[in-house]
Amino acid sequence: MKVKNKIKITVNGKQIQVIPNFSMKSLITNLKIPINKIAIELNKKIIDKKRISKIYLQKDDKIEIVHFIGGG
Amino acid sequence: MVDRKLKIANKNFKSRLIVGTGKYRSFRDCAKAIKVSGADIVTVAVRRVNISNKNKARLMDYIDPKKITYLPNTAGCFNAEDAIRTLRLAREIGGWKLVKLEVLGDKKNLFPEMIETLRSTELLTKEGFKVMVYCNDDPLMAKRLENVGAVAIMPLAAPIGSGLGIQNKVNIKIIRQQTKLPLIIDAGIGQASDASIAMELGCDGVLINTAIAKAKNPIQMAEAMKFAVISGRKSFLSGRINPNLFGFRSTTNKGII
Repeated sequence: MKVKNKIKITVNGKQIQVIPNFSMKSLITNLKIPINKIAIELNKKIIDKKRISKIYLQKDDKIEIVHFIGGG
Repeated sequence: MVDRKLKIANKNFKSRLIVGTGKYRSFRDCAKAIKVSGADIVTVAVRRVNISNKNKARLMDYIDPKKITYLPNTAGCFNAEDAIRTLRLAREIGGWKLVKLEVLGDKKNLFPEMIETLRSTELLTKEGFKVMVYCNDDPLMAKRLENVGAVAIMPLAAPIGSGLGIQNKVNIKIIRQQTKLPLIIDAGIGQASDASIAMELGCDGVLINTAIAKAKNPIQMAEAMKFAVISGRKSFLSGRINPNLFGFRSTTNKGII
């Protein structure tokens, strides 16, 4: 079945398409990112990781998912 | 003489060497060097997760933040807003409040932008962060950072990654005299003797990344830095002899043949 009305969002600077009513939790699960090792920003606001199943992505949302890398 | 431990924001640390985790050939090398160095604080940076390569190795898989204190930095930030945004994200990853603030002003020399650094220190402190501040070796600015709540003063010895060693011993000594806060040399160390000199000047610690990570043998250099810091600290505490222009014999003339 072809899904209609996909919405465009930007994750870490890359544009991707998701189905409507796609939750932040589904996004993180799909990307296979361990939740305890990241922080998430939605439209420049940090979101509480405990609430990600209740956040549904909207058209043009900008999401940043960050973690720790080597640095001085 | 038993030395007191390095105490930052009311927390004791057993090592006076802080190690950066950037620029290593591999996470495995990085983890090994940290272990050999004896450091119990490591600096880390906040960056985007690579969403195209899901299997890419992660720093946290090699260096366990439960066993070693992560000190998130603001590398690459050129203003207070970016630095604060970065550290809020770092705090969100796992509750880190002890942070290293580094607000740069020039892409070539990587010197700190002290006006933005001062502003960021004040704002972050008000938000409950414990801010260790990378700064210029300027005693007046160091004092101002202290006044707005910095928990450690971290002047450069020389530009980041330059390996030039301590360029202005006088300023470091003046900052040492004026502050009771932990004074940690951050940036510019090139070899083990530089780390010893920093400690002999009375610094409480040294933060080293490039000099270890880019050495031909990083693991061995990590060990050299560990001993250099211990050696310099002991030398400082022992009280050096006064320097003299002329020779003083070590052997008595009494009984000479």
